[in-house]
Amino acid sequence: MTAETAGQAPQTVDLAAQYESSGVAEVLRELDAELIGLAPVKQRIRETAALLLVDRARRDMGLAQEAPTLHMSFTGNPGTGKTTVAQKMAGLLHRLGYLRKGHLVSVTRDDLVGQYIGHTAPKTKEVLKKAMGGVLFIDEAYYLYKPDNERDYGQEAIEILLQVMENNRDDLVVIMAGYADRMDKFFRANPGFRSRIAHHVEFPDYGDAELAEIAAQMLEAQNYRFDDGGRAALAEYIALRRAQPHFANARSIRNALDRARLRQANRLFESGGGPLDAEALSTISREDIRASRVFGGGLDVDRKDAAE
Amino acid sequence: MRITQGCFSFLPDLDDAQISAQVEYCLENEWAIGIEYTDDPHPRNTYWDMWGNPMFDLRDPKGVMMELDDCRKAHGDKYIRINAFDSTRGFETVRMSFIVNRPDTEPRLHMQRTDFEGRSQKYAWDVRG
Repeated sequence: MTAETAGQAPQTVDLAAQYESSGVAEVLRELDAELIGLAPVKQRIRETAALLLVDRARRDMGLAQEAPTLHMSFTGNPGTGKTTVAQKMAGLLHRLGYLRKGHLVSVTRDDLVGQYIGHTAPKTKEVLKKAMGGVLFIDEAYYLYKPDNERDYGQEAIEILLQVMENNRDDLVVIMAGYADRMDKFFRANPGFRSRIAHHVEFPDYGDAELAEIAAQMLEAQNYRFDDGGRAALAEYIALRRAQPHFANARSIRNALDRARLRQANRLFESGGGPLDAEALSTISREDIRASRVFGGGLDVDRKDAAE
Repeated sequence: MRITQGCFSFLPDLDDAQISAQVEYCLENEWAIGIEYTDDPHPRNTYWDMWGNPMFDLRDPKGVMMELDDCRKAHGDKYIRINAFDSTRGFETVRMSFIVNRPDTEPRLHMQRTDFEGRSQKYAWDVRG
């Protein structure tokens, strides 16, 4: 901005100073502190941020270039933090000046595709209008395309999306998310998307230690904590739960913790003896976790499935 | 004859960047934007046609400008105005309204004066092409 007021392009640029002053450093620090694991994702985001920062410096110096394509695809298993990272991405792009507002509009197929002829286009446009100036996050994007039904209205939504992704590159960034294999199939069937999406980011599964760390962080956010027995039981729980079906990384852990809190409340209630201090009210211990069905071989429905 | 109703109508026509800036102001105030068009600019004509639904949860004026472009494509030879509706309790009304499109040749408002009982006079206006 100072370049414009001075009426001439600056001769040099201090990237480190820009990095701090634009607020990018702050977002990346937040990212590091709040998100456990995900090293390759953080690396990709850092690279993208560096590219955009350099691009901006080049523009300030008057080195001609066109606006970069920022549409992205996030692939990874459920519960690996795709939505959370998309939120951070919106903030990052806003601070770098590539998005005017920096909000996140999260949608799925239901929000884009209509139920009868002529219903899809207005619905998709409505969503796009809301997302202008921010990030449009399409969760499980591959559901938009249903190859087995040629009269499916998803195709119409895809066409409108492609058009807007091309014509309104300055106005919004589209992030598509989903499982890796199905997203690959989706992109193969819709080559238009592949060429319009510049950044493919893969989200790896969390390791056991990372999940334990995430669990501790989640509990801390709710003013709970583990005692030693609880921590050991959770480590065992994670290893067992991973082997069972419908494992959804951090989301499974969050649900497990919710149920553990329930059991803890019940345990405190039934033990009933005497006054409880804050310590007792906020400690998750071994029996709260050990009571989970995971230790008994999984959910009933899953056992039945396995038997068949 | 230049029709003057709503905000800014005594100023030269707003260009798209200026319209966008005004819409931005409306959105900052959390007003909902509606686009309306008509071929009858008579001041008593309060029934303009709505172009789509009012837009309640936009964050950026670009969404409005897209609709406005569509509306201009379909009704470029008519009057188009943008209304900003404030839903705050106590207001619950249009807080701002301005014309964003006019036909190339605007109709004329013609005044008809009629003598009436006891030398009184009645005035009426109608739109003439």
